[in-house]
Order: sequence, then structure tokens, then C-alpha cells
Amino acid sequence: MSSDKLTDIPVLRERGQNSMFCGLTGIIWLHRKIQDAFFLIVGSRTCAHLMQSAAGVMIFAEPRFGTAIIEERDLAGLADANEELDRVVARLLERRPDIRMLFLVGSCPSEVIKLDLERAASRLSQQHQPQVRVLSYSGSGLETAFTQGEDTCLAALVPELPQAPADAAPDLLVVGTLADVVEDQFMRLFTDMGITRVQFLPARNSREMPAVGPNTRYILAQPFLGDTARCLEQRGATRIAAPFPLGEEGTTRWLKAVADTFGVAGDRFDQVTAPGIERARRGMARMREQLAGKRLFMLPDSQLEIPLARFLHREAGMELLEIGTPHLHRQHLAEELALLPAGTTLSEGQHLDKQLDRCRAARPDVVVCGLGLANPLEAEGITTKWSIELVFTPIQGYDQAADLAELFARPLLRKAKLRV
Amino acid sequence: MQLTVWTYEGPPHVGAMRVATGMEGLHYVIHAPQGDTYADLLFTMIERRDKRPPVTYTTFKGRDLGQDTAELFMTAAREACERFKPQAMLVSSSCTAELIQDDPGGLAKGLGLPVPAIPLELSSYQRKENWGASETFYQLVRGLAGPQAPAPGTERPPRPEGQRPRCNILGPTALGFRHRDDIQEITRLLNRLGIDVHVTAPMGATPVDITRLGEADFNVVLYPEIAATAAKWLERMFKQPFTKVVPIGVGATREFIAEVAALAGVDPAPALEDGDSRLPWYSRSVDSNYLTGKRVFIFGDATHAVAAARVATEEFGFTVVGLGTYSREFAREVREAAKRYGIEPLITDDYLEVEAQVAELHPELVLGTQMERHIAKRLGVACAVISAPVHVQDFPARYAPQMGFGGANVLFDTWVHPLMMGLEEHLLGMFREDFEFHAEAGPSHLGASAPAETRPVAATAPAAATADTPEPEATAADGEPVWSPEAEKELRKIPFFVRGKARRNTERFARERGISRIEIDTLYDAKAHFGR
Repeated sequence: MSSDKLTDIPVLRERGQNSMFCGLTGIIWLHRKIQDAFFLIVGSRTCAHLMQSAAGVMIFAEPRFGTAIIEERDLAGLADANEELDRVVARLLERRPDIRMLFLVGSCPSEVIKLDLERAASRLSQQHQPQVRVLSYSGSGLETAFTQGEDTCLAALVPELPQAPADAAPDLLVVGTLADVVEDQFMRLFTDMGITRVQFLPARNSREMPAVGPNTRYILAQPFLGDTARCLEQRGATRIAAPFPLGEEGTTRWLKAVADTFGVAGDRFDQVTAPGIERARRGMARMREQLAGKRLFMLPDSQLEIPLARFLHREAGMELLEIGTPHLHRQHLAEELALLPAGTTLSEGQHLDKQLDRCRAARPDVVVCGLGLANPLEAEGITTKWSIELVFTPIQGYDQAADLAELFARPLLRKAKLRV
Repeated sequence: MQLTVWTYEGPPHVGAMRVATGMEGLHYVIHAPQGDTYADLLFTMIERRDKRPPVTYTTFKGRDLGQDTAELFMTAAREACERFKPQAMLVSSSCTAELIQDDPGGLAKGLGLPVPAIPLELSSYQRKENWGASETFYQLVRGLAGPQAPAPGTERPPRPEGQRPRCNILGPTALGFRHRDDIQEITRLLNRLGIDVHVTAPMGATPVDITRLGEADFNVVLYPEIAATAAKWLERMFKQPFTKVVPIGVGATREFIAEVAALAGVDPAPALEDGDSRLPWYSRSVDSNYLTGKRVFIFGDATHAVAAARVATEEFGFTVVGLGTYSREFAREVREAAKRYGIEPLITDDYLEVEAQVAELHPELVLGTQMERHIAKRLGVACAVISAPVHVQDFPARYAPQMGFGGANVLFDTWVHPLMMGLEEHLLGMFREDFEFHAEAGPSHLGASAPAETRPVAATAPAAATADTPEPEATAADGEPVWSPEAEKELRKIPFFVRGKARRNTERFARERGISRIEIDTLYDAKAHFGR
């Protein structure tokens, strides 16, 4: 255990088998968000298999992702692999003329054989301009865990964003994929506060990506965007520090940080946020009855764990046993860590079997974990909430606070209901 | 590089996992990067298993690349052995670890583990899931049963007087399409013949059971994709004959009974007389008359595809218009079967090629995998699943074998269900302007699910060109015949599930006769020419 300077909360760091997805899985939500983009993984059959196992329940007319599977002969020489990639991309773009942005997504195999996808992207961009822009990023398990795939994707987008003029009025950039409905809610709140120059990254369309410059103020809507933030700062943008907009408190503090930055008067802020706060509290009252006092154990998955634990503790009254995260970005999570109760056990990284031993010993009321572990733990009599759903559900903002809590209350309610 | 939208099979190490997870007392240590643990959820979610697969991953990351990945593997293997105390271990690399060449087999040997560690060489860039399962099972059988083999040339001792004949059932694994219930159905059938099942493997077997495989009199191979290699080896080493008929469908089940009875030296009659197959009567009953000549496209693993083709023609009265497989290892069997139906086999693992052929052939029913459901949905064709890969709905709670007489009952219900019911089909042929029951609305017994006539932007893709999209007049420039508005309207009066075929035949008829504009008469001339 080592002591954390920022917060004095001890962090347990472990190494061993972990049970997290790789960054490729980010494609499953990113391809829906950016509607004219295609994600081409350059990898092995394992990568293709991962994607269809994760997304295969959806029956697609035409998915906006695919895999260029590296074969034996590609491993022979790199020059060949580049030609092969060009051929595959040409075939793909011919089949999908509606595609405007193509991401070449690096995988473990493509990185181990050192296939230079960045160079391939710039070569292909030249070949296919102006119809298609080709970018590259890594979604490999070697470099990224689960939601970090969104980070590397957005970080690749940042250098491509248009330049905002140096004398432009300050504008707000909200960074991180949000459900469309949540995005629209935040937009209305900002508008009501008088903040009108607001843009979102990623945009819903590759042609509408926001401009960025020295007068850009950005706020993270997701906690897993370390690289993206760094790239934005390289372009002169300034981060607005805040906890993440989960639950009534998180949302208020998040909005407040923006309001303060843009000089919104206190009473106007209160007036705009009051209805949302009231609705969120009303919704949470019901949830609190079901969740208060219940003991929570979270396995690392998405980096959403710490903000979620803060929300579940402070607003739903849950007791925190161990909160695991794949990666702890101290600076971006400083405001969150300050809100965690003293004595919370944080763990970064994973040794799966040892962590499961601790989990079983603690007999938590709810364990948040991945799908590979959920049913086996249920069979041991431990109630679980599978974590991936938290990334695929609208959970941010006032009007989703109770929905978010409900995701944790539902397995408990179900356990109480079933008589078989 | 191969551009893949969907893949029919996973990588070979997933095949190895299917063997390990099906068994008890075996642990698999795989050298793989962070993220490859996704494969666990195939077993815990799709198959709904209540235990973690017996698999330990090293989950190395970028920063581990270099000297210490081998050390990571050794630590993982040692810890897995201590924690799970298996009777035997499997060790291998995943695709990425294959590139960094740490040699798990050699490393495991160096550890001096207290149990046998069987190394697997899985060639991830050449081979796939079923091959991986087959190779793993073969290496396990060789490694564990090998030491029990008699000296070469030794004859099998005769079965002791009074002992019932016994066989092994080979092939069922975790994540196999209906393997769970097929085992039950076939075990019951063998029991009726007075044959005991000695070991069922890999599913349910322990490494100790594997060492005892040679004790049985013969082997029943249910899934050649997984067990043929091991069965051939057992035949060589232990002189155990094995079955060649896969008992899917009534006819094949009867042949299987005869084959097994001959191998065991028992009377086949008790199993043949059994009356629990309803398919023959259901199929003969007049309600099934309208199934005659329905045009069906079949795709899947070789075993299920070949079996389905026979059942479709001999037991449903369908016409097989397309037959294919993604199992390249069994392409020969599929080619032979296709020859029997006078069609060109499709041997491919390219989803787009399958899609193109379905669009081209205009079948009325597609029997395929989860992937063909995507294709059928897009083309608005009825579809039933006959083979892996499948999703969670095809690991049902109810008893749902494909094999034996019980399996035939399941096949009848499953394949007929997506088709338009007979009366509705007739009424549609007579009255086409009903606001509720119309061609595009889809079968009413399937509720609101209409085959989507509206397609997303993606319809611009060449493969998406479907039968019902009226071609613009401009095609005349290519020498293609043009439809007059009257003929186009008349074409719409043909029920939607055969309309694509009618369009194609009429156009072919016109092209062959140099007719540039298709009139109503051309449509009926073509109908008279081609029949039906």
C-alpha cells in the first residue's frame, strides 16, 4: 500500500491476471455516436471474434465496424502488409461510399509486429481525400483497457479539429461520449444559463467536429480521458476541474464549475438547476430506501468506479468495501477523491484471484463486475451488477440519477422477489 | 489480410477453451494480452455457465513486453496449479503471444509441475476455432490415453461374457450447438439398444476419464469437426472402430442405429421400433403439403449443413438451392453432398460471399448460423438456425436436441415456424390489397415482426441489391431488359417470397430472347417456360 499525496487515501496496487476488456470494445458505442465513421480494426481473428461476441446480439443490417484479419502471409514482410491494408480499405470504401471518416484501429498483433498505422492513415488519407479522412489509434489490450479505447480515439481526433481563432470568444467543449438525450439535456441547461457557445466531442457527425483553440474551456464528462485532455491542452485549451456529472450532487458541481468559469450569476444558476435538483432528489428518495446501508464491492472495469462509488455512497447511502479501478488519474479525479468517505479501500490494477478472495471474504451485498464473473458469482450466492451496462446506458445528469441508482437496486430487488 | 464483418469461427485458442471448459479437473493456462479474457463471457453469458471457465490468462500489457513475459507465464502457471489443483493442464499462446514466442510448452516443462502439462501449438494465423478444439482434444487423448495403449499389433481382447457392450461418445464440448441435449438423446438411444456409455468426452469428462477411453468397445463420433482426429488415433492405437453416420434427422438416426448395432453386435430393432419421432407423420399430414418444393439455402458447419440438406429434401420435401460450409477441413463432404442435389457448393468463411449468394438465389428459407440471421433479416427471408456460431437464444432452457428422434421433432417445429402458414399464403395469393395482411407485412403468426423493406443508407452497398428494388430505366443502357410499369405492377401480385425468383427468371427469359422491354405477356411467357 502506498499513500496518496492528494487525498491520503491508500491505494492497493496489484499485478496479475485481470479481467478487463481491451480498448477495441469502445468501438461498440463510438460507431453509434459518430454516424458517418467506420472503425476498421487491423488485428487477428481474436479481435474480430471479440467484437462480434460483444456486439453480436444486435442483428445488423450493416455494421459500421469490421476487422482486417492479419494472415500468415502478412507476417512475412511489412511492405506486403501495407499493400494489403490499402487493398482492404479500397474494397471497404467501395462497399460503403457513405463513410466519411475511417479509423484504423491498432490491436495487440498489429502493435507487436510494429505495423505503422499512423503512417498508413496519412497515406490513405491522401489517396481518398477529400471524401474520406483516415485516422488511426490504438485499441489494443497492450495499451488500453476498455474505455481507454475512447480516450485514444478522441485523442487521435483532437489534432484534426479545426483551429478556433485566437481572438474568438471563450467557448465550452464537453468531452466524452454521452447519450444523445443527455447531451440535449446539458445543452438546454447551458443555454438557460446563457452559455451558448457549447460544443461536444465527439460530435454526432465527422463533418461537425468542434473547433479548438486557446480560448476553449473544456470539461470532461467521462473520467477516462487522460490522453484526450493532454492533446486538448497542447492545442491551448484549458480544463475546467470538476467531479463527474453522476447523480444530483455530481451534476450540480459539474455544472457549477462551468457556470463559474463563464461568470454565470449565482441566483441564475440556482434558478436553472433547481427543477433538475428537485426531480433528481425526488427520484433518489425511493432508491435510497432500497440501497442505504448495502455494502458495495467494485471490480475494475471502466474508470467510472470512483465517481459511481461517490454517488452511491453520498446519495444512495451505500457502504463502500473495495473500489477497484483499472487506472487512477489523480488529477482528473482529485475532486472525486475528496468526496469519498475516509477509509474507502481503493485498488488500482488487478490480481483477479486474490481480489475475488477478498470479495468472497467481505460478503458484499452488491458486486459490480464484468460479464465473465457475474454469473459465476451469482451462483455462489453473491448479487452482482454487470458493469458494462453502465457504459451503454444514459446515466449522467439530473434526470438519469434515479435510473443510475436503479441499475444497482434492480439486482437486489430481483433477488428479493424470486422464489425459485 | 482478409476484410471481415463477421467471423464464423473464433481463433483456435477459443476451441481449446471449449474443450477445457467442457471438462472437469482440467486447467488451461493461456499466454495472452490484457483483454483476451473476453472469451470467458462466451461461456458465462452465451452458454450461461455458473462457473468461471477453468482458464488462467497471463494478461500481459505493453509495458511487460521484453524480458519478463516468460516470467509472467511461469508465475501464472504455477499459481493456477496451486490454486485449482487440476489433474492435468493445457498450456498455449494466443495470437499475440504466438508473435512474441515465449514457448509456453517449454516453460511449463521447466516448472516441474506435479501434473501433466500438455502443450498446444495452435497456429492462430492459419487455423480457427473448430480446428483448435479438435487439435486440443487429440493432444489430450494422445497425451493421457497414449500411455495406456497396448503394444502395436496387439489384437483387442474379446468382450468378457455377460458384459454389455460399451462405447465412448466423442465430440461434445462447451459452447457446442445443442451438445448438451444431443448427449442425452443419444445416450438414451444407446441405452435402448443395450449399449453402455463408458466415457463422454470432452464434455463432462475428467483427465482421468480420458486415460480410460481405450477400455470401450467402440466410439460414437457425434461431431466430426471436433472428434474425428482423436477417433482415428484411437482406432489406430486401441483398435476401436468409430461411427461415421451423424444421427441428425429420422433417416440418419435409423442408419446410425443400424451402424451402432452392428459395431456392438446387438439387435437394432428395439431402438428402431421406438415411436417417439413425430416428424414423419407431421411431414406427411396434409397441412405440410405446401412445404413441397420450398426453396431452401443451407449454410453452417459441414456436419450440420450436410445433415440439414438431407433432412430438408427427404423429410420436408424442400428443394435445396444452395449448400455451403465454413469448415474448410470438411469441404469434401459438402462437395459430395452438393453433387447429390445438383448444385455448386459454397466453401467459404467470407460472410459477404454467403450474403451475395443468398441474394442471388432468392431462397424462401435460409437454414444457417447466427450470421445468416443477419443476412436473412436484411433480405427479408425466413430463417432458422441449424449450426454454430449461435447466440444466447440458441442455448435454450428447454430440451432441444438436434439429434435422434427427439431432435427430429425439434427440427420440424423450428424450420416450419418462420415460414408463412399455408392458409395465409393462399389468401395472400388471392387478395393483395388487404390493409393488414399484405405481402410486406410478414407472416402474421410471427406478430409484428415484418421483414424490413426499409433499409438504412447501407443499401447502397452492391451486395444489398435485392429482388424487390425496382431497377431504374437507365439499366437499359447495359443491354438489360426494362420492365414496363404494367409488368412491374403484375410482378407485385406474385407472393413476395417467390417474387425475387420470378423477377430473375423473367429477366433471364427476356435476355435470352433479346426482349428489351418486359410486358405482362413476357412475365407469363417466362412463367410457362420455367414452370412454377
